Amino acid sequence: MASSAVTPTTSFLVDKKDVGFSALCTQHSFPCSAQVSKKMVSKKIVSVMAPQQSERKPSMTGAVKTGMTMTEKILARASERAQLIPGDNVWVNVDILMTHDVCGPGSIGIFKKEFGKNAKVWDREKIVIIPDHYIFTTDERANRNVDILRDFCTEQNIKYFYDIKDLGNFKIFESDKLTLQANPDYKGVCHVALAQEGHCRPGEVLLGTDSHTCTAGAFGQFATGIGNTDAGFVLGTGKLLLKVPPTLRFVMDGEMPDYLLAKDLILQIIGEISVAGATYKAMEFVGSTVESLTDKTYVPYEPVYSDGQARYLSEYRFDISKLEPLVAKPHSPDNRALARECKDVKIDRVYIGSCTGGKTEDFMAAAKVFLASGKKVKVPTFLVPATQKVWMDIYSLPVPGSGGKTCSQIFEEAGCDTPASPSCGACLGGPRDTYARMNEPQASCAVSNVCVSTTNRNFPGRMGHKEGQIYLASPYTAAASALTGFVTDPREFLHCDATIMDVCLCYENDERREGKKVAIKMGRQTWVEKNDEKLK
Amino acid sequence: MAAAAAFSTPSTFNLSSATQNPNFPSLPALSSSFKLAPSIANSPIHPFKSLKLNRSTRFVSAAASSPSAATSSASAATTFHGLCYVVGDNIDTDQIIPAEYLTLVPSNPDEYEKLGSYALIGLPASYQTRFVEPGETKTKYSIVIGGDNFGCGSSREHAPVALGAAGVAAVVAESYARIFFRNSVATGEVYPLESEGRLCEECTTGDVVTIELRESDCKLINHTSGKEYKLKPIGDAGPVIEAGGIFAYARKAGMIPSRDA
Repeated sequence: MASSAVTPTTSFLVDKKDVGFSALCTQHSFPCSAQVSKKMVSKKIVSVMAPQQSERKPSMTGAVKTGMTMTEKILARASERAQLIPGDNVWVNVDILMTHDVCGPGSIGIFKKEFGKNAKVWDREKIVIIPDHYIFTTDERANRNVDILRDFCTEQNIKYFYDIKDLGNFKIFESDKLTLQANPDYKGVCHVALAQEGHCRPGEVLLGTDSHTCTAGAFGQFATGIGNTDAGFVLGTGKLLLKVPPTLRFVMDGEMPDYLLAKDLILQIIGEISVAGATYKAMEFVGSTVESLTDKTYVPYEPVYSDGQARYLSEYRFDISKLEPLVAKPHSPDNRALARECKDVKIDRVYIGSCTGGKTEDFMAAAKVFLASGKKVKVPTFLVPATQKVWMDIYSLPVPGSGGKTCSQIFEEAGCDTPASPSCGACLGGPRDTYARMNEPQASCAVSNVCVSTTNRNFPGRMGHKEGQIYLASPYTAAASALTGFVTDPREFLHCDATIMDVCLCYENDERREGKKVAIKMGRQTWVEKNDEKLK
Repeated sequence: MAAAAAFSTPSTFNLSSATQNPNFPSLPALSSSFKLAPSIANSPIHPFKSLKLNRSTRFVSAAASSPSAATSSASAATTFHGLCYVVGDNIDTDQIIPAEYLTLVPSNPDEYEKLGSYALIGLPASYQTRFVEPGETKTKYSIVIGGDNFGCGSSREHAPVALGAAGVAAVVAESYARIFFRNSVATGEVYPLESEGRLCEECTTGDVVTIELRESDCKLINHTSGKEYKLKPIGDAGPVIEAGGIFAYARKAGMIPSRDA
């Protein structure tokens, strides 16, 4: 679900995943209004209305009027009520329904079957359809599914359809100036595209046929994933029955060390509460650390805040200043470990991409590590921007401290693969010919199918190969790991306080050695053993 | 986290909105009219359900030694009978139906059947018994028994659909991920039942089991081990699944008009 983040931040944005946030109910009773005329019904289903409910009086519930969490406020507005409490089942008006090429065709199939061949969607301007999962593939059924979306959008005159027409040529270079002409409408990964295109508005309800829809919670939207059948229902009615979830509150205080990214925070949290820890719950992220992340966004909307007296199911507190770079080991996002504890894990590839870890900030972070090291990657390093805009940023924005180099130049110098066409890519495996999919072990490496990835899940088979081992990590950690061929703490390459680490690895003439303490030379940083007292 | 558990339990739904609405048929009335599972086969939405149910009835004879699998109390209970397939905790939807098969659109009947042939194909090699034999579209296991957080991960409705299409009638797990639970009910594909204990450690793949769902008493009987286990009631989700999903249920209950209206 979404909820949350009091403070919208793009970098936090994509990291709230896999915790299964959310709301939703399973009360499958669909009250309807009796006074709907048959004439209307045959055209478009309008018969779903919230039944009149007697207001819950404090005397009935035993609760005095209390403050509401942000989630409760949003759902109260969407269900046209003054007050809600967790557990209430309410019909909510949906502000945005998002679907994509994997679940869109099925949702459309259910819509047509249930509402009729000639039925019209409830609101052509509130539906956002984003092909993004299986795009750059020769898989015929995958291509057909994009065609199904296109036909539906044409038929229904859907306003926001981010079409991909030319699969082979998503970009065009013209006289040193980058333009994107073949697919002017294509965006890329839905969760980033939704935010980028202004569909994530605080206070609204966003439902999507994707479990990572809760990403939009970063913008103070109530956002959650639903299945095809529910989506088919929303397509016809604009409403859905949801159960108001209780909220977990995560208070993150302390200055965020410069070797951490939002991904480390969420891995810490998932490790704490487990992958099932927020089932049927909202998550709210607050505290001075979260506030410090807000500088990175420019959301022109008034955020929604929880009331001071809002009630939470539980509260977790973290001192972020003490956190170290983390990974989630195979095969679960809650299998948390310190990156430095996994330093002996040899890897055969690195993947930087997806809604979670394929944003502009993520590539900037990776570039920073490559820049700091001045070295080349030791394993194939795949870069898949989330959206066209991110792809443009990689090729155009200067990386701070690089003397004007772009990410793409730094990646090329480091020996990474050329940034690929924006899509969900290998994050979820996909068709066999998906770029960077874990099919076979990389030839360059004796180990088979061990990937450090900035994506969102590492369940068995997630990136293709069933026996593939996926270590989820921040872009810093992913880039550092690419440079060594092992799971690597990014502090080995980034400037940090030398006293933080008791034991550290060091690199000299590309030799990997254990050091006792580290020292830092400014500029290009090199770790050396403290006992040597020498700086390169 | 006791309070938390209560919220993740699907059987705690407040039904006041439904029962207070005079236009709304009362749910208890519906559930008492519910018969044996084979009536699901009449659902127009699920052309393949009948196959599944034939399969589960076939096992009734296979387990003749069982104590009254479908006898005296059968008319008041929903009963499933068959072989069980046992999995562990956090079985995510990538293991139930890997992403490479998501190009199959569940609302197309032939693709629906194909999805069934790939059900649980994403389980790692440590699962030595195949859930669906190569070349088959149906499983011989009509009941899946899992641990905690069954169906977590992706929101793909293909997951309960693949299980249902393969011939699974019910999943019994300690708990479910939200979207999987909801998708199971919304599609009417499988009964997502919650166990009170850790049945994935009590049962073994291939055990012959019977599930009996009554309003007051839900249980799983393992005929192979001779043990009985209490299940949590499925509550008001039961009639929805029995009808074949939310649309079928809503039509049956008069909440939305029938398609030919």
